[in-house]
Amino acid sequence: MSSLTIRNLRKNFGAVEVLKGIDLEARAGEFIALVGPSGCGKSTLLAMIAGLESVTSGEIWIGDRLVNSVAPKDRDIAMVFQSYALYPTMTVRENMLFGMESRGVPKPQQQEAIARVAALLQIEALLNRKPGQLSGGQRQRVAMGRALVRDPLLFLFDEPLSNLDAKLRVDMRTEIKKLHHRVGKTTIYVTHDQVEAMTLASRIAVMHQGEVQQFDEPEVVYNRPANIFVAGFMGSPAMNFIAAELTTIDGKPAVTFPLANGRTAALALHNGAADRASGKQVVLGIRPEHLSRHNPELAGKGGIATLTAPVEVVEPTGAETMAVMRFGELEVVGRFAPAEAPRMGEDMPLAVDMTHACLFDPATQRLI
Amino acid sequence: MADAVLEQTVDHEAAVAGRRRFWSRVLIYGLLAIFSLVYIVPLFVVVFNSFRDLPEISRNGLIAIPQSFRLDAWPQAWDTYCIGGACEGMKRYFFNSLMMTIPATIISTALGMINGYILSKWRFRGSEVLFTCMLLGVFMPGQISLLPWAFLLGKIGLNNSVYGLILVHVIQGLSFTTLFCRNYYVNIPDDLIKAARIDGAGFWRIFWKIVLPLSPPILIVTVIWQFTGIWNEYLFGVVLNSGAQQPITAALVALSTGGTNVRVFDVMSAAVLIGALPPLLVYFFGGKYFVRGLTQGAIK
Amino acid sequence: MSIVGAAAQVGAPGWRDRLGKAVPIIVLAPSLVASFIYVFVFAGWTIYISLSNSSLLPTYDFVGFEHYEALWANRRWNIAYTNLFIFSVFYVIGAMAVGLLLAILIDQRIRAESFWRTIFLYPLAVSFIVTGTVWSWLYNPTAGIEFLVRNLGWSNFEFALTTDRKLAIYAIVLTGIWQSSGFAMALFLAGLRSVDQDIVKAAQIDGASTFRTYRKVILPTIAPIFLAVMVVLLQFAIKTFDLAVALTNSGPGISTTFPAIYVYDLMFQRGQIAEGAAAAVMILLALAAVLVPYALYVVWRRRKESGNG
Repeated sequence: MSSLTIRNLRKNFGAVEVLKGIDLEARAGEFIALVGPSGCGKSTLLAMIAGLESVTSGEIWIGDRLVNSVAPKDRDIAMVFQSYALYPTMTVRENMLFGMESRGVPKPQQQEAIARVAALLQIEALLNRKPGQLSGGQRQRVAMGRALVRDPLLFLFDEPLSNLDAKLRVDMRTEIKKLHHRVGKTTIYVTHDQVEAMTLASRIAVMHQGEVQQFDEPEVVYNRPANIFVAGFMGSPAMNFIAAELTTIDGKPAVTFPLANGRTAALALHNGAADRASGKQVVLGIRPEHLSRHNPELAGKGGIATLTAPVEVVEPTGAETMAVMRFGELEVVGRFAPAEAPRMGEDMPLAVDMTHACLFDPATQRLI
Repeated sequence: MADAVLEQTVDHEAAVAGRRRFWSRVLIYGLLAIFSLVYIVPLFVVVFNSFRDLPEISRNGLIAIPQSFRLDAWPQAWDTYCIGGACEGMKRYFFNSLMMTIPATIISTALGMINGYILSKWRFRGSEVLFTCMLLGVFMPGQISLLPWAFLLGKIGLNNSVYGLILVHVIQGLSFTTLFCRNYYVNIPDDLIKAARIDGAGFWRIFWKIVLPLSPPILIVTVIWQFTGIWNEYLFGVVLNSGAQQPITAALVALSTGGTNVRVFDVMSAAVLIGALPPLLVYFFGGKYFVRGLTQGAIK
Repeated sequence: MSIVGAAAQVGAPGWRDRLGKAVPIIVLAPSLVASFIYVFVFAGWTIYISLSNSSLLPTYDFVGFEHYEALWANRRWNIAYTNLFIFSVFYVIGAMAVGLLLAILIDQRIRAESFWRTIFLYPLAVSFIVTGTVWSWLYNPTAGIEFLVRNLGWSNFEFALTTDRKLAIYAIVLTGIWQSSGFAMALFLAGLRSVDQDIVKAAQIDGASTFRTYRKVILPTIAPIFLAVMVVLLQFAIKTFDLAVALTNSGPGISTTFPAIYVYDLMFQRGQIAEGAAAAVMILLALAAVLVPYALYVVWRRRKESGNG
């Protein structure tokens, strides 16, 4: 049974169409990430699942119940807010009790739930403090605690980590992953951070302009992005897009595109397909990590194409080094191990791992 | 040698700067002192004169260092002085004002809080327009509503009654209290309300448990604003009520412009202080909130 | 958060849900109705009365602008609005000038700041009636300021403002400034404190004197506050009633009468409610003439700011 099913969901604010027919479903225990740039409709979608926004048309099912017109409190959900939304005048304990009191949960059960969750999140020592006396990370924990005491069918997270500093964010990310593993509740997690989505989710829904662009497992979304938007949004530095033309080399399909010095690069395609007409314009997508310094060892491996490009900027980050290279009119980013990193101004011999290259149709923007 | 010269110049410059600073401080405190004298003297004059005896006042004038001390003026002003024919002093009008101000303050503040809560956290289609319409009440000149109030209160039998004035001040105060509370509640994050809704709380539970505990600052501001405003109000008090039903502001005017040609400055000073005391006490104990109300009321 | 919008949901919500959604509107309704009556019905009724031939009691026979013509032909009304004009100009400029000076003085990192502020602001807590009564004594030539100064030796000193037909209006102006400059100070001070201190530091590093820093850097950034203070003070001025009643009671003669006093006299002393209502409508129009452009300006500025942001 799936915990959440969304069918052709639409939302208009006046004349503005915010969601244009969303279809989504979460199996029991799944961790679904809704990811996309700001304004893509992901938070509206979450608010509609929570019952905080009305439904213009379509259906939302939680468990086996159609909840379109069910009040938030009756939807059997719990939510963690971006701002945490802890009640500032109540202690941590009172914050966690509030929902159970509203629902008339018996007292012993309330105490038992608090004890269980406080132990789980290691916030026993904070129970009598007010939110104002907590650090950002502690508030985050309490916010999750407030959701957890309820034992709901569905957990909703609305960008819960975006108010934390970078280091804490990584720690809490791990924490959430552990927690989900232990509690096993179906979770819908909204974020604009593709790394969070990749690390946490069992499936990712990439949203853009009120539509789900792709809904699949993280590896698929990353390796076989459905379209140019998804390809560009997932991954940092972003995938390089190169306008190219289909051709054949020695009877095998390949792509060609102009290089900086007036020459033309011709790269053989690895997973050659049937109907690729020669001369057709395509967009070649190559992730930065699939560029490397060419050496004779690589030559033997299959699916490697080579070319040479001038290096314009080199940006070491410690663990790896990014370099900006010029392919004709385009700037292309590569990600190198520090040992084989290029120098500025170098004409670098590059090996392109064509097994991971993606081709997109420039007209439809879709993956070919 | 060069160093010594340099040092001297530095010393000289520092001295000049120091002297300039000194004189600018003198100027600042001097001006402040002069102005505060102008502000504070009228208060001192009234306080002193309420304890001086009348012959001394007529001899030395109102603005003088007191050379006599007696308390007689106070009981006279409170209890027996004749105002507009009735010789009962200020006490009756003082209690009229109290009876009017306290309920009107409580009711208008309570309604303002609820209205502000709805207009900020339970908005509905058109609620912004309705709020703007309510806001117009803030700017209505009293003269426009004088006649309608007089006739309406006459119709419902509340003319010349303290209850009538309570009604007037509650309804006129609604615009202010709603505005104050709404602008304060707008800054409470909507997420709190959403979280509470998901937690199963409804309209009233969210108000009592979440919003009200966050309200003391605006509650104090609103109560002080309403209390001083209603206590100090004159126009409606003098138009809608007469004689023994008037509030203290109307009695003060009757007293100081009344028939007698002899100016009993000692008793009148005491009477003025009785009329000014409640808002002054509120101001001296809640000044911070009073100022906050002023600035909020003015700049929206 | 749209609550009513939720009613358009797919599926039929139960009556309990519907009632729950209606609670805010039901609770708000009495206040809304009362305010609506107070603002629109009352104003509309007074406007209608001003166009009727009512005298002692309201009647509903329409006579057009007759009473407005009578009003503007009346010498007393002319005195009243001339007074209002004089008072507004001097009172607003005076209270703003004193208020700004006090605000700048207090902004100089002085000691015991709250002590000074308390002194300058306390007149606001006191009613116009109390202020007017006390100042009428201070202006009294045989007991007040004139008496004091003459006793100090300047035996020709004259400060009998309230007994001079030409000068009495300025007694009200001075008292009004005394009462309200603290208010202007509070608003200006709030503005000065909101100025980004980095800008001030930058000006100092650029070598600007304190005076220049205020004139060129700080005051221009709080220009909107000047306008707000001016509008609020103008609004006070137009509504002036209590102060003039308590201070001079329109006297000497009718030399310090004000529109608001005129309304009161016509309606409740002379039983000419239609003409009184016409005068009240004029006050409303004066207020609108100040507030409507200001409101439009504020809206325009917000639009511009949000457009740029």
